[in-house]
Amino acid sequence: MPVKVRIPTPLRRITANQGEVDAEGVTIGGLIEDLEKKYPGLKERLCDETGAIRRFVNIYINEEDIRFMQGKDTSVKDGDEISIIPAIAGGSEV
Amino acid sequence: MLTIPKHFIDDIISHAKEAAPLECCGILAGKDGTVTDMYKMNNTENDPDKYLMDAKEQFAVVKDIRAKGIDMLAIYHSHPHSPARPSGIDTKLAFYPDAIYIIISLQDSEMPVIKGFLIRDGKVEETAIKIN
Ligand SMILES: [Zn+2]
Repeated sequence: MPVKVRIPTPLRRITANQGEVDAEGVTIGGLIEDLEKKYPGLKERLCDETGAIRRFVNIYINEEDIRFMQGKDTSVKDGDEISIIPAIAGGSEV
Repeated sequence: MLTIPKHFIDDIISHAKEAAPLECCGILAGKDGTVTDMYKMNNTENDPDKYLMDAKEQFAVVKDIRAKGIDMLAIYHSHPHSPARPSGIDTKLAFYPDAIYIIISLQDSEMPVIKGFLIRDGKVEETAIKIN
């Protein structure tokens, strides 16, 4: 059962300019593995070396931030809409 | 080139002054390089020398921009005590290579300085902003 994944502009180079792609999986982690097969290079933009979701990447299932659910183990179901949103952050020279 | 109506520039400067000594941040959106919508965002970073946009608010803005059929053109934040140029952390955390990063410096409080930059693959390039 594919779910719809919204890809942010900065990652569309990896998805052949598509802003919306389909992926299959029962958890967010599974979806990421499926996306990596279809669009190699996407996983390292989302996950660090240990496989954890990067601190500055926000992922939502419908309206919910997966950080406040079960993270990568959060289950997804048919019809869910996943949004990937890189954070906006920075600072000043101290 | 990015064109920003003058009233948004005034709003950005007010936002920076209100937030000082902390950093302010926000998003400018529009079409064909002209800003039509400004979103003042909350900075959820506790460190006074950093900013992190409230993720939930940012998600709402992403959806609003999509619904309006416009694009995120620029991301702004303030440097309350330092010059208007991207810091090391700004460069490292620039995840939007197509957006113009605008920095408002309040280093000289009488004379705020606003500059725009493209930050791509760790390289910073100043880009002109037209105010009208
Ligand atoms: Zn900065």
